[in-house]
Amino acid sequence: MSIQEIQDEIVSEFEILGDDRESTIFYIMEIGNNLEAFPEEEQKEENIIKGCQSKVWLIADEKDGKIHFQADSNTDITKGLIYLLIRVLNDRKPEEIIQADLDFIQKIGMGGIIGSQRSNGLAAMIKQMKLYALAFQTKLNASNGN
Amino acid sequence: MKFDINEIRGLFPVLHQEVHGKPLIYFDNAATTQKPKAVLDALMKYYEHDNSNIHRGAHALADRATQYYENTRETVREFINAKESAEIIFTKGTTESINLVAQTFGRKFIGQGDEIIISTMEHHSNIVPWQMLCEEKGAVLKVIPIHDNGELDYGEFEKLLSPKTKLVSIVHASNALGTINPVKRIIEAAHAVGAKVLLDGAQSSSHLEIDVQDLDCDFLALSAHKIYGPTGLGVLYGKREVLEAMPPFLGGGEMIKEVTFEKTTYNDIPFKFEAGTPNIADVIAFKEALDFIKSLGKPVIKAHEDELLTYSNELLKEVKGFIPVGTAADKVSVLSFNINGMHPFDVGQMLDARGIAVRTGHHCTQPLMKRFGIEGTVRASFSVYNTKSEIEQLAEGVARIAKIKNK
Repeated sequence: MSIQEIQDEIVSEFEILGDDRESTIFYIMEIGNNLEAFPEEEQKEENIIKGCQSKVWLIADEKDGKIHFQADSNTDITKGLIYLLIRVLNDRKPEEIIQADLDFIQKIGMGGIIGSQRSNGLAAMIKQMKLYALAFQTKLNASNGN
Repeated sequence: MKFDINEIRGLFPVLHQEVHGKPLIYFDNAATTQKPKAVLDALMKYYEHDNSNIHRGAHALADRATQYYENTRETVREFINAKESAEIIFTKGTTESINLVAQTFGRKFIGQGDEIIISTMEHHSNIVPWQMLCEEKGAVLKVIPIHDNGELDYGEFEKLLSPKTKLVSIVHASNALGTINPVKRIIEAAHAVGAKVLLDGAQSSSHLEIDVQDLDCDFLALSAHKIYGPTGLGVLYGKREVLEAMPPFLGGGEMIKEVTFEKTTYNDIPFKFEAGTPNIADVIAFKEALDFIKSLGKPVIKAHEDELLTYSNELLKEVKGFIPVGTAADKVSVLSFNINGMHPFDVGQMLDARGIAVRTGHHCTQPLMKRFGIEGTVRASFSVYNTKSEIEQLAEGVARIAKIKNK
């Protein structure tokens, strides 16, 4: 599925939840459990995303020109949020990630659900994922050039 | 005024609203209390009728504004039973009050090798100004430990006291735990070694009767916005002889007697410490907040809040996974807790979905959180306008949330 198709899928999942704020938050917490197990030794300072109120660790790896993300957090809501981002952006080419317009966040009204502090954190997570993509793109281009 | 919860709630316009489609339950009172309509009306009235710069104005409006401003000073004097209103200095809050003492009293009277004693449960605003001073002067900061229930280790405090102790700066009631400290004893013991005492009254002033003459504290700091008054306003009380011995804090208008380019002489207290145009409107409106408290009486307010705290403990102790933080025998109405397996931030956000406003995190007391080996807590703090039914809804919400991780 394309980035857009997955985003649309997420939007329709949230539509089913309706306006009930509590159920929506429970749902976000629940889906965080789908995150791939995060290696404990990677829970270190240098992998922490700056700008998040709660702790978020993010690492990325490249295989066959695609980027694989792994992440973890010390809060369940944040785990749910990062899971959504990973679901949309994982195992894609760097340029796809860099160019991705993550409109699902606005479409599901995430800002209103999670509040301003966490919205800033979410923006920091996206930025960090795109920075990883940019770094890998530069690296891939350089090795192709060789 | 008789204690009628509906009548009291009627005085606070902000309470009557829905949040996320649910009636607002405001349990973030230790951060800031809501304001009675009389305070809001006084603000409006000042700007509509009396707005003018105070002191030295040769016209009717300036006279009126000055009179109202000084009326509040007198009301604050009465509120804490200071000897005279000149001992009441308006600041922008507890933080500024403490910094004022650090930067004036501290810089003049605390030197190399001198000791300042604080406690483990201090707010950052009663830690950092002293660290800054110690760094500058080569003085030493000593910290009173606490017991596991959040009570001060008084025995250890006595051991820390010595002729080197120049100042004890201690919180009257803890913002993160609710613990009420035995301040009268502390002040007596500190005075016995010749130390001055600053009392951080930010949390206690809305709940406990404070009589600075009876307590004999040298300084008291408090914030208007935590006692139903406007934001951006605080009070520093100091004993006359201490305030007079201190150099000024900020230089500027109002705080001078005479200025020449060669030398400036300073005004008398309290004006010596109120440089520039003060927060006139908020000072004037603050009187209404104090009058509101007086109309009920603090013992009546405290009794109601105690009832809410006891009830919340009763209901929540039944919740599987509920971990109270701070269980001192003597507390103001602060309920700090964690849920086993959950981050306080998540709990707070889920309570918010139910219209329940609580605070989560370290509550500006990181060393205290470290003492308990936790990152933070969920803090529900109760005020005069909260109800038992609101406590029941809190307990119901917490129970539902706790179930996620504590089946």
